[in-house]
Amino acid sequence: MTSELIIQDLYVQVESKLILKGLNLRIGQGEVHAIMGPNGSGKSTLAYSLMGHPKYQVVAGDILFKGQSLIGLSPDERARMGLFLAFQYPVAIPGLTMANFLRTAMEAVKGGPHNGKATLPVTEFRRLLNEKMELLQMDRSFAQRYLNEGFSGGEKKRAEILQMAMLEPEIAILDETDSGLDIDALRVVAQGVNALAGPHMGIVVITHYQRILNYIKPQFVHVLAHGQIVASGGPELALQLEAEGYDRYVKNANGA
Amino acid sequence: MPARLDIDLDNYKYGFSVPENYVFKARKGLDEQIVREISWIKGEPEWMTRFRLHAYQSFLQKPMPTWGADLSGVRFDDIYYYIKPTEKQGRSWDEVPEEIRNTFERLGIPEAERKFLAGVGAQYESEMVYHNIQKNLAEKGVIFLDMDSGLRQYPDLVREHFGTVIPPEDNKFAALNSAVWSGGSFIYVPPGVHVELPLQAYFRINARDMGQFERTLIIADEGSYVHYVEGCTAPTYSSDSLHSAVVEIIAKRGARVRYTTIQNWSRNVYNLVTKRAVAHQDATVEWVDCNLGSKVTMKYPSIWLMGPGAHGEILSIAFAGKGQVQDAGGKIIHAAPHTSSVVTSKSISKGGGRTVYRGLLKVVAGASGSKSNVVCDALILDEQSASDTVPTIEIEESNVTIGHEATVSKVSEEQLFYLQSRGIDEHRAATLIVSGFIEPVVKELPMEYALEMNRLIDLEMEGSVG
Repeated sequence: MTSELIIQDLYVQVESKLILKGLNLRIGQGEVHAIMGPNGSGKSTLAYSLMGHPKYQVVAGDILFKGQSLIGLSPDERARMGLFLAFQYPVAIPGLTMANFLRTAMEAVKGGPHNGKATLPVTEFRRLLNEKMELLQMDRSFAQRYLNEGFSGGEKKRAEILQMAMLEPEIAILDETDSGLDIDALRVVAQGVNALAGPHMGIVVITHYQRILNYIKPQFVHVLAHGQIVASGGPELALQLEAEGYDRYVKNANGA
Repeated sequence: MPARLDIDLDNYKYGFSVPENYVFKARKGLDEQIVREISWIKGEPEWMTRFRLHAYQSFLQKPMPTWGADLSGVRFDDIYYYIKPTEKQGRSWDEVPEEIRNTFERLGIPEAERKFLAGVGAQYESEMVYHNIQKNLAEKGVIFLDMDSGLRQYPDLVREHFGTVIPPEDNKFAALNSAVWSGGSFIYVPPGVHVELPLQAYFRINARDMGQFERTLIIADEGSYVHYVEGCTAPTYSSDSLHSAVVEIIAKRGARVRYTTIQNWSRNVYNLVTKRAVAHQDATVEWVDCNLGSKVTMKYPSIWLMGPGAHGEILSIAFAGKGQVQDAGGKIIHAAPHTSSVVTSKSISKGGGRTVYRGLLKVVAGASGSKSNVVCDALILDEQSASDTVPTIEIEESNVTIGHEATVSKVSEEQLFYLQSRGIDEHRAATLIVSGFIEPVVKELPMEYALEMNRLIDLEMEGSVG
């Protein structure tokens, strides 16, 4: 079974306001897509809807992952199927160490006593964690810090990619991972993502700016405006947006 | 009479009871004759009999507290005040009657003793049925006995300190304990001796309508160190039990005493306890107080900082589930200059439970250069539950540094979503959030107790979401 993600005519409302209005998109296995759009176009709504945030209500359409509808599945069920969301604003969980959190998440996603699989031995887990932290140029002491508590903007984004590296999803959605990062931090994070990308991991980069696409090269670029994909193309579309801005898509979608 | 389990155990795994097979059980209720009877059975010196009778009068005169939790369910006439379960106390577990030994084995006490404790006392109903301390500590002069044996073997030491930190007139329940006390621990640590491993006492109520009134006195002589841990459980009955202990700690110059409680009474126990410590010059006293069980707990461990350089810490966790009230907190009195204190309180309420942080911070005139920091955080898990903070701060000295911070929070949808998006189911996610919330206190526990604490939190959290 391929880990294809198909979004079909999706309508989503948040607190009774309709945000996504008939969105269609197909992410093939191992592909890298960029979804670009101005503020308020529905980028984060799309990210949250795919992951199943309870506040984001799908009112019509469908999301298919590996041939199965995600509608009605809890976020943890979606994660265990191989979906991952790197948050734009990760929340802090005081008192929960990164290491404890990652181990719990690994067990949940990859298997442990609950689904009859062998839990990754602690030493193996540590080795893996150290390896991935090195990749992201994170100090080892990071593992003992409380999840996102007191993290700088850059640390939070690295921690998101670290989680992605550990959980090895089949489709990863990066929600404005570039926001709040200086150029050096962006490079490190992008290198981390590139090291993970490959035939087994599809990536959806959601961004306002073209900048991150200098480091993470998409095969497909889509423009999101007013809750719909209004244009799709190759990498050249991102460059065009950088040069011309979103104006014409915003106007088009307005019917102007 | 074989005891029965009347109500649903509600995730409480210690709710079992075993048949009563006791050598003596006083009749229900309390009067002067019962007080005399307890003292007579124990063969106490006359001063203690007088102490008890005086305390009984004080108990009659003192009003019930009109603040805090609802205590109207405490029926003093319906309680057994004294039950002697065995004829003699064991020094090895083999000497403990099989039924009682089995109970403590189910609670894991002998195993814990073998693994990581320096000494263990086990109280069953009114008496300590087992008591033992590592030989090398006894040779250094460390005394770890049940309170009754302490009174018999060290009458002068006991008489000098008993009731000096908490006089019988202190409050109604301290008076009651002073009148009918039985069991508890007596600890003396000689100057300069450090007891590296914890000493533990375990308190078990088995009989229905039982009142347990243990009395603990810890004297840490100059420059000594001791860590005392107590745990408590009881069967689940439909009628209520009363646990009303008094704990007195005296930390002499430069001594350090840590007192850790993991209270997990069944949900039919009124837990009304008076705990107080005095810390002399450069001494440190730490209360680590974890309250999960009981129907109602009212407990405010106190530290009187009596000498310059004395330091006090109160770290507490309270978890109130359905039908439970945890009215807890702490009191610190800075009565000497350059004293310092830290209070960290973490309370969790769920399923209609109610937690109250009730604290007193007092700095008397002349205690200049004193510092205190109080942080009390409450976490509320659902709409039915509640939390209150009732801090009292009395500062009579201007040259002091005081910090006070109180927060009330809910488990946020965003936190749950974040953890769930990593494959962790909702129940486990909520448990991780709660465990993280109490982590600042749990990390102060010895590893074995930290594991136990997290396991208990897991049990409390079962079925809490959805």
